[in-house]
Amino acid sequence: MNVEKKELKVAALENGTVIDHIPSNQLFKVVSILGLENCPNSITIGNNLASKKIGKKGIIKVADRFFKEEDLNKIALVAPEAQINIIHDYQVTEKRKVSLPDVVHGIIRCSNPKCITNNEPMETIFHVVDKVNIQVKCHYCERSVSKDEIEIC
Amino acid sequence: MKPESLVSITDFSKEEILDLLQTASRFEANPNQKILEGKVVATLFFEPSTRTRLSFETAVNRLGGRIIGFSDASTTSSSKGETLKDTIMMVSNYVDLIIMRHHLEGAARYASEIASVPVINAGDGANQHPSQTMLDLYSIYKTQGTLSNLNITMVGDLKYGRTVHSLLMAMSHFNPTFHFVAPDELKMPIEYKIFCEQHHIPYFEHSEFSEDVINQADILYMTRVQRERFTDLMEYEKVKNVYTLHNSMLEHSKDNLRVLHPLPRVNEISYDVDSNPKAYYFQQAQNGLYARQAIICKVLGIEV
Repeated sequence: MNVEKKELKVAALENGTVIDHIPSNQLFKVVSILGLENCPNSITIGNNLASKKIGKKGIIKVADRFFKEEDLNKIALVAPEAQINIIHDYQVTEKRKVSLPDVVHGIIRCSNPKCITNNEPMETIFHVVDKVNIQVKCHYCERSVSKDEIEIC
Repeated sequence: MKPESLVSITDFSKEEILDLLQTASRFEANPNQKILEGKVVATLFFEPSTRTRLSFETAVNRLGGRIIGFSDASTTSSSKGETLKDTIMMVSNYVDLIIMRHHLEGAARYASEIASVPVINAGDGANQHPSQTMLDLYSIYKTQGTLSNLNITMVGDLKYGRTVHSLLMAMSHFNPTFHFVAPDELKMPIEYKIFCEQHHIPYFEHSEFSEDVINQADILYMTRVQRERFTDLMEYEKVKNVYTLHNSMLEHSKDNLRVLHPLPRVNEISYDVDSNPKAYYFQQAQNGLYARQAIICKVLGIEV
């Protein structure tokens, strides 16, 4: 029984991308960062799976889709431990960690209601000021936001 | 050529700040110069601010430029729902320079990115007001003969006062010692204290506004303690008069001490201080004219 489950978890993709080690409470933020709500490909989402590293984890598998590196790196905002596996012909051909970029375009909503970005049809820009504790600063209103306060738009 | 805008005082390096002070003193010696002849400047005040607008418009007029603009957004198409972007794109077509104030934070940075002409930020909400900082620096420089190694004592609302935050950042180039005098509710925010530590700037915090503190100071920078900043009005009633400067408190202060205030003042400087030669806040406002003339020439790339 157990063995079957394990097989189900790892063996499903022929080609595509697996995003593993997502903290369970951030799983749907990752879905939203990658815009998977509107992705027509077949997608498998697992959540609250046991993880030695982070307690409970989520996992996302997207068939026949290979994301741009800069898009995947945006995940690091909410899931800094996330791991990317690229699958070709059932084989993992690339395995890497996400890493936070210096500047994030879009994705984050500024928490300051008086910020211009919340009042004009425009893209937000955030500078990552602390990559270890994850702190970002709005390019426009200059307000700093820490990891737990980051809102994804 | 990408125009050079002024959105935040941190856009300027130490050398640029020192250059601007020199330019400002040249304008003080000779404020009427036809440098902007043939140029049109827009003053877009989406939020009213009489003092800042008149100062900028005087600066342009004394340099021979012409002005278009508005002092109240309710009479413009932004009240019909036009975006800031569209207003800025349209005005960019007409003028050589945009000077703007907006109630939204970050509005000036955004405008500077879309405009084809330079933008000077004349205040964006609680965020930045760099021409105020330049005139503060010029006032300090003029009265002390230097910006270096000074004891700067800031009093009042150090939590929300954007002028003290910008002044702190700008002075960080010049090896200052800061004294922060404020009630608990309005203390200097932690991020600025961390900034001081990172730049090896000594600072001391006081909750009592004592003569001891005043007597060490070269610059006493007073700010208004505003009632609406307090969650507990009892607390406001307790502290509202504690951070008031009276003439008698200046008796043993240094000869070179000057009292600065961004104005308007309410009751934080008592009227008996006005006639003291150490009171400098009205001249400080006048210095705004020269500082703004210098800023205008700088962003337009005009050598003076």
